[in-house]
Amino acid sequence: MELGPLALSLEIATLATVIAAIVGIGLATLLSNVRFRGRDLVDVVVTAPIVLPPTVLGYYLLVAVGRRSAIGHAFEALFGSSIVFTRTGAVLAATVGALPLVVKSGRAALEGVDATLMRAARTLGASPSRAFFTVQLPLAGRGIVAALMLAFARSLGDFGITLMVAGDIPGETQTASLAIYDAIQEHREGAALGMVLALTATAIAILYTVNKLTAGTHDAR
Amino acid sequence: MPGDGAATLHVQARVSREPDGFTLDVDFEAAPGVTVLFGPSGSGKSTTLAAIAGLVRPASGRIALGQEAWFDRSARVDVPVHRRHVAFVFQSLALFPHMSAIANVVYGMDPALDRRTREERARAVLDRLRAGHLADRRPATFSGGEAQRVALARALATSPRVILLDEPFSALDRELRVELIADLRDLVRELEVPVLFVTHHRAEARALGQRVVMLDKGRVERVGSVEDLVAPGGRDMTFDETPLDPDGMLPR
Repeated sequence: MELGPLALSLEIATLATVIAAIVGIGLATLLSNVRFRGRDLVDVVVTAPIVLPPTVLGYYLLVAVGRRSAIGHAFEALFGSSIVFTRTGAVLAATVGALPLVVKSGRAALEGVDATLMRAARTLGASPSRAFFTVQLPLAGRGIVAALMLAFARSLGDFGITLMVAGDIPGETQTASLAIYDAIQEHREGAALGMVLALTATAIAILYTVNKLTAGTHDAR
Repeated sequence: MPGDGAATLHVQARVSREPDGFTLDVDFEAAPGVTVLFGPSGSGKSTTLAAIAGLVRPASGRIALGQEAWFDRSARVDVPVHRRHVAFVFQSLALFPHMSAIANVVYGMDPALDRRTREERARAVLDRLRAGHLADRRPATFSGGEAQRVALARALATSPRVILLDEPFSALDRELRVELIADLRDLVRELEVPVLFVTHHRAEARALGQRVVMLDKGRVERVGSVEDLVAPGGRDMTFDETPLDPDGMLPR
């Protein structure tokens, strides 16, 4: 079994989950707690990666952060390497795929917390942010952990966006899902099977845990 | 802050509720002591409390404690909820399920006090409301009356400047209600702040209240003493008539 691509997948998925967690929980909080103009638009844009083809997302990312774009240019000037066709690009691709899961499930978890509890916190002298961090976030905790686990599983399995943005460079951007494709093309069925089983086992373990976590949320009234 | 307890609460507010087109338009005062907000469901009692606490923003009006404005549309004053120092006991109680009773009570106490002082005081208030034995337990294990006592303790431990009670006893059976009302009556007398007590239960109003503000369809219909307004058999009285204390259990 080839461990290189699997290790790379884990590394990229972990980084992508951390970024998706920070950005995604922030967006979920904004969407659930703050009424602002254009909220529905933000919701649609953030959710779009669930339904858009990976090639379309990859195209947008290439336009946004490619070497000739402003962001790509600035990044290269700062760090000396480009975003696209590097490990950074692979992390970005996995993050974009995972973000909607964090925002959607995170928002549902936050909105599932009884609003009266936050009102009670406010009358007890808590600022909006204290009410959020001491009441809403802990009570939404299981749901948010579940959302992050789904995000991790999604990151681990990304194929299309990664291929478009980061390519298929062994040792650099060739994650397990890309390596499986290559192995099949090259008739290395054994190598493919090992990675297939490893990814499947991880995904099933994660889904099982998520089900356990979300089934228990009703206990926390 | 506590100490200016003699201030009267002035409420003049117009609130439009978006989804159902309900409009609240009230103007009344609540001096220190218990004022009962009395009226049928849908008359605007809870919305009035929410406006006083700052949980809903009136379209116009002025809400002030003594000389201090909490909300004044024309002067663009709107003190945020957490700086008004109101104690609010919700109908659903809204105890934090992930915290023990003592942590619930400590939550609202002055953060300037050190941790030990806060815990000692929280325990004292819980004891006072005969809920000391619940201190380390979580709300999911409480009976209705126990949850009620902890919720009252949590609200009263904050050194509130105004106390708002939104039908806090509606879920309790009669004996528990009698017991709790007696405990509550003594406590709020000591605090000497305006207390607004929402109920549509006439016997509760008589047991606790000194004055009554009667609401109907979002407007103040009458203001007066408890005896005048909620006398048994009085006219317009379509609310809950169950006697609270037919056996004279309530201490006088």
